[in-house]
Order: sequence, then C-alpha cells, then structure tokens
Amino acid sequence: MKTHVFDAVIVGAGGAGLMAALYASRGANVAVVSKLYPTRSHTGTAQGGIGAALGNLEEDHWEWHAYDTVKGSDYLADQDAVDVLCQEAIETVVELEHMGLPFDRLPNGRISQRRFGGHTNNVTGKPVMRACHAADRTGHMILQTLYQQCIKNRVNFFDEFHVVDLIRSGDAVRGIIAYEIATGELHVFHSKSVLFATGGWGRCWDVTSNAHSLTGDGTAICLRNGVPLEDMEFFQFHPTGIYKLGILITEGVRGEGGILLNGKGERFMERYAPTIKDLASRDVVSRAIFLEIQAGRGINGKNYVHLDVTPETVNKYLAAAGETRRIDRAYIESKLPDIADFTRTYLGIDPVEEPMPIQPTAHYAMGGIPTDLHGRVLLGAQKKVLDGLYAAGECACVSVHGANRLGTNSLVDLVVFGRRAGRHIVEYCRGADLGRLSTGTGEAIYGELDRIRNGTGGVKPFTLRRRMQQTMTDNVGVFRTEASMSRAAEDMRELRHEYRTKIQIDDKGQQYNTDLLEAWELGCLLELAEVTAISACARQESRGGHAREDFAERDDEHWLKHSLIARDGQGGYSLDYKPVVLGRYEPKKRVY
Amino acid sequence: MQAKLRIRRFNPETDKKAWWGEYTLEDVLRTDSVLDLLHRVKWEQDGTLTLRRSCAHGVCGSDAMRINGANSLACKTLVSTLAGKNSETIKIQVEPILGMKVEKDLLVDMEPFFDHYRSVLPYFINESAVPADGRERLQSPEDRARFDDTTKCILCAACTSSCPSFWADGRYVGPAAIVQAHRFIFDSRDEGHDERLDVLADTFGVWRCRTIFNCTNACPREIKVTEAIAEVKMAITSGKI
Repeated sequence: MKTHVFDAVIVGAGGAGLMAALYASRGANVAVVSKLYPTRSHTGTAQGGIGAALGNLEEDHWEWHAYDTVKGSDYLADQDAVDVLCQEAIETVVELEHMGLPFDRLPNGRISQRRFGGHTNNVTGKPVMRACHAADRTGHMILQTLYQQCIKNRVNFFDEFHVVDLIRSGDAVRGIIAYEIATGELHVFHSKSVLFATGGWGRCWDVTSNAHSLTGDGTAICLRNGVPLEDMEFFQFHPTGIYKLGILITEGVRGEGGILLNGKGERFMERYAPTIKDLASRDVVSRAIFLEIQAGRGINGKNYVHLDVTPETVNKYLAAAGETRRIDRAYIESKLPDIADFTRTYLGIDPVEEPMPIQPTAHYAMGGIPTDLHGRVLLGAQKKVLDGLYAAGECACVSVHGANRLGTNSLVDLVVFGRRAGRHIVEYCRGADLGRLSTGTGEAIYGELDRIRNGTGGVKPFTLRRRMQQTMTDNVGVFRTEASMSRAAEDMRELRHEYRTKIQIDDKGQQYNTDLLEAWELGCLLELAEVTAISACARQESRGGHAREDFAERDDEHWLKHSLIARDGQGGYSLDYKPVVLGRYEPKKRVY
Repeated sequence: MQAKLRIRRFNPETDKKAWWGEYTLEDVLRTDSVLDLLHRVKWEQDGTLTLRRSCAHGVCGSDAMRINGANSLACKTLVSTLAGKNSETIKIQVEPILGMKVEKDLLVDMEPFFDHYRSVLPYFINESAVPADGRERLQSPEDRARFDDTTKCILCAACTSSCPSFWADGRYVGPAAIVQAHRFIFDSRDEGHDERLDVLADTFGVWRCRTIFNCTNACPREIKVTEAIAEVKMAITSGKI
C-alpha cells in the first residue's frame, strides 16, 4: 500500500469539505480525498438559497432565524449550535460574496433574498425574505466558488480516491484508507486528523432527490469504527420531488409564489398551515400531501399533487392576499431557470403554462455523526471527544436540524461548520503528534474488498439494493408504524445477511472497477438503512420528520432527547440517548 | 418499447482495441434517460460496463457522452427525444466523448481537461479591501447579468470534446476553459482580467476557435458558448471589457 503523510485529511469535496479545506490549509498540510471530481459533489444541486438574516429587503434578525430553526426542528435541535449557525450565517454569506460568489442582486446592489419554507418574521408570523440566492442554482455557485478558491490557494486534491476505512487507534485517529479508482490500489493517508464531509444517504430510498453517489460512506465507516450515530430516525422527505423521478423542485418555487393544489383544485395547505400555508416546514407539507393523496384527493386519484407556478395562478393568489407584486414569464425564467429546464426536459411541461406533478422525495439526513460546535466527533451519551476526528455537513449531526431541517439551512450548515472545523483542525494539528500506524493497517478492508470481488453466491448487488429501497420506501417513509418499521428492520437484517454471503459481481479487474465500488457502497447503505429503521422503531412519538400513526403526538416528557445507535459487537445494534441542549426557546406546540 | 444499445467498449486490462458491445433491453419507457438504460445494462447484464455518473439530472456534469453521434449528458437525454413518435423499438449508440484518452468503456481521462481549466485562472481575483462595514460588495443587477450565462457551466466537457480545433490539437484550452474565464473577465468585481486575457491571447487560446458552433450545440446547459468566446476575442482585440 502506498502511504501519504499529511496533517489533515478531508474526505469529501462538497461545500463542507471545501470550506474546511480552505481554512485548514491556512495552517496545516491538508489533503482532500474525494471519490468524485469535486465539482460533481451534491452541494452543486442545491437550488433555492442559503438563509442568512441580512435584512436586505425587510427587517430580519439572526434570533428570528434561530427561532424558526428551533421550531422547524420540532425542538430537537441543540440551541447553542443553532445560535452559532444563525449568527455566523450572516458573516459566512458575506464571505462567500467576497470570494466572488455571484449572488442575484437587488436594484441597490445588495444580495437578493427571497422567501422560503418556515422562515418568518417572528412578530407577524408571516414569511420573511431570508434566502440569499443565485437564481435557482445557489448550491452550484457555492460549490464552484469554493472549488475555485481551493485552486487559487493550491489545496492538494486526490480526485477519484474512494475512502473505504478509518484508521482508528483507541482514543485517536491515524488517517484513512482510500481506494484509488483508476488503479484499484489501496492508499494509506496517515494523518493527525480526519474530517468526514461525505454527505447523505438518500439512496436508501427508492424515490430520492439524492445523487447515485450519496451512499453514506463516511457515516457508515464511523459506525463501523465505534462511533454511535445520532438521530438516525430523522430523514427528511422534501414535499416537492418530480413525480416518480424524485428530482428536486426547490421550495424557492413556493417562495416566489407557487402553490400546491390537489385533485379538486384546492389550495389544501390553507387547511394544514393557515398562517404561512404553502411555506410551512417541509415535514408539515409532505404529510399534508400524503394525507391528501390518501383521502383520494391526488390528481385524478393518483399519488401526486400539483405545484403551480403559472403566472395566472400565482397572480390570482397574490391579489387575493392583498400583495401588489405580480409575476410573468420573464420573472420565472430569470428566478427559476433550472427548474423550468428540468420540467421541460423530464416532464415535457412548461411550468409557465402548466402545473408540475410532484410527490415527496427522500432528501436529507438530519442525523449522522455526532459533533460539537467545532466539528469534533463525540462518542456516546458522555459526549467524549474522539481526538483528531471531525465531521461536517450532511453526514454530521451538530445538531442544528433536530427532527426536521428548514430549507436553506443545509447550505448554511456546510459553510458555517465546515469553516469552524477547518479552523479547529489547524489548532489541533499544531499540538498533536503524528501517531504510529500499527502493523496490519488496512488488512481488514483489503480482505473485505477481496471478498466482494471474489464472491460466487450468484446474487447481483442491484437486486439487494432494489429490495432495500422498496422496503425503506414502503415502511420507513413519511408516515410510519411499529409494524412497518419492524418489518423494515427485519428485511434489512435479511438483506445484510445476503450481502455478506451471496453477492457476486462481474468485474474482477483492478482499473476503474465501479462494479466493486458500487457493491461496497451498497454495504454502507444497507447498514445505514437498518440503523434508521431500528432507531425509528424505538422512538414512540411523532416529531418533525418522524411521523407515526401509532404515536401521533410529540412526547416531550419521554422523548425530548437525541438517540444514539451503535454496533453491539454481536452483529446487532444498541440504543442510547442524550439530552437536547435547550436555550431561549421553550418547547411548545408547533403551528404554522 | 425495446431498445437496442450499441456501446463502445474498451477494457485496458483485457482488450487491445475498442469494440462494440450490443445489448437489448425490454420494457423501456419513453421517459427513461440514456443513463437509466446504461444502468440497466450494467446492473442486469454486464457489471463490467464502466461510466461516470452522479446526480442523474444534468447538474453534476459527470456523464457527458457521444449519443447517436452527438455530445450530451446521458442523464439528460431521454428515449423520447431519440425515438420516432410511434416506434416500438429504438437503436441507441453510445461512445465516449472524443479527443480525450479512453480509460475504460465510456470513461475518459479528464486530467488534461481540468489542466486547461486551471490554466485560465478560474477564480475570483480582487485584492482590494472589502467594504469597511463588513458587508457584501455591491453589484448592479445589470453588471450581474453581464456574465450570468457562463456561470451555468458544469465542466462536463461536452463542448470541448465536440470541438474540431480541440480534436486537431489537444493543447488548445478549449471552449469550457474559455467559458470559465469569461465568467470572471466580465464580472465587474473581478480584477484579474488582464492576466486572463494574456493567457487566452496566447497560441493555444481563443484564436484556435474557428466559430464552428459545435460547442454551443453540445452544451447541456444551453450556454451560448461560441458567443462567449467571441466576446473574449473582442475584449482581447479592443482592450475593452
């Protein structure tokens, strides 16, 4: 195995990884290891905006953003972390602009902002314009800008190197093992610290907005290396995915005035969220869509509803709400050009002329690798810091999103906590020694890859993946029950057994063996799906994105706590819990 | 419907020469993308088929290919756009993009492409002090609109690998690198245009472009690539941005 030595290794080159890399490379020798070319990372698909209380159009305060975030989280977010998120959102967005990010502009030259779900004026309860955006490709611009700055600052990249294991030695980390996709060689990245910024695992579900590459690699590797995962039962279903395809249609569509209509042509969100209607939190809207469909009020009785941003409809409702603003074709083309392109390409529908068929789509992991405010990974209910190990972005759980993330806050999370982790890595590396590698480093993963490559059980990995995605969609979706979640957990146990004993791949080669890597990624997905089902089954309440038919109410007395799930050493999993960090905002009933 | 795929195959570990692999798929929908079909071949029939892909909706830029002779993203090319209106069968030919070394099947060596990209200083340059009030720099909506089109680039290489000038000499920086440079040259906040224009006025810069428009046709983001190149040429000759 080739060995590389760095102060810090950053795994993943999306928004969190690149932000951390920019900051960490100012004072440490850093390598960024990514299984994709950095510009392919999923941050690039984020559309609608990044939330920050700049107040460029109307009164706003970071404290309002914080309250909205805590309320959106159904009071499960840690309020110290939320304060950091919302305060630092402002300076980080400005910093992105200083790095050259081409935000849309207002006539006075300032960054343009728009409405987004769950973001409100705390006095009136009405939607507030907080989402800073660059058309509907804000994530693309963030990813490009950060990558550009990394090039400018000569950050070291190892592109198409696939992380496959963490080197952990007791209470410290010593680096990672990565598989060089071009050659099939394993490399040891020996380092004082490691940051995982590997994104989510939406590919556990059938209908998802997530890229094929979002297989939860870093999160699964942490679980395998003794890090209990936090709040895995909370996975967000975004209300507006393109019917059947799952491709995301940004909440920015509703921010610009678009509305949801059922099969009877009713604006049904008026019934579920009388004050902010279509701009309620995502969990609320997804449930409303599900209930409309269940009651036979989908379009033509089918399992989708309409998202309507045609000027005719939008202007009708703007007029009814007493607003003077009106929209037209040119406005939609300039504010939502990519959405218009997606719907024309994939649906053959012009959103200026016709409504879009949409259904909820698996979108975002609120849970993940537990960290503190500096991105340091925390072990268990005692929150013991694992020296040298960091996580940031979607794979991590600070927790700022709690049980349900507000739109735009994923981008805020990436840059705020990516930056904090990058800074802390510099500090840590200054005082830390490069520990010794033990003999046999990398042997276990070498053996596992060999097992996958040489398996002869005749089962193609995609058949297992399809079964996993089906059972997760059917049983651990928008609404859940004891029976459905137990069923999923059982299915996953069986699938994991088949994965260990029966899979067989076709490609036995060394170079660009994506057959092998897809099979390895499936192992990550299967394990994350299983711990999701188990964590969900245990939580006997409904909160945020975790909605149970058999426990329909939130239960703060018993469940205002974060779950932690770990391998138990006997092939199963054990659960533990830790308290939520409360603050200014007392848990109360959530009404929109 | 039925799809017959003809896919250019090459495995460096076993093949001396590239060859055509033929695959038949049943129950293909008109709404399937070419990427969906390639996945079905890979997952159901031959796991050795190798390609890059990630987001599967035309944003990450991983899966530029030559499909029925034209460059596009596999995930953004639907069967419906390739098939006749009422046809029950469809033939689709898929090859790697041209002008780059084929590493395996549909996957090519992207390093020279990214080298060209990096050569044009594709990053914001402004060493002036940021506003003292700690806020954003100001930019009018008109100044912002000036370079909007070229901010859409996803570095998929569909344009560069469709360019005959690039095929003739791979040292040409190519349309994608020029698009990336354009995004900064025409940004009113940027101060690096002189350096960038120097790079692009060089032997392997914009003057290799013969205005063939293949790049514009190939761009899956509908960027007016040839027009952007022309604007850079004008900036070099006139000295005006």
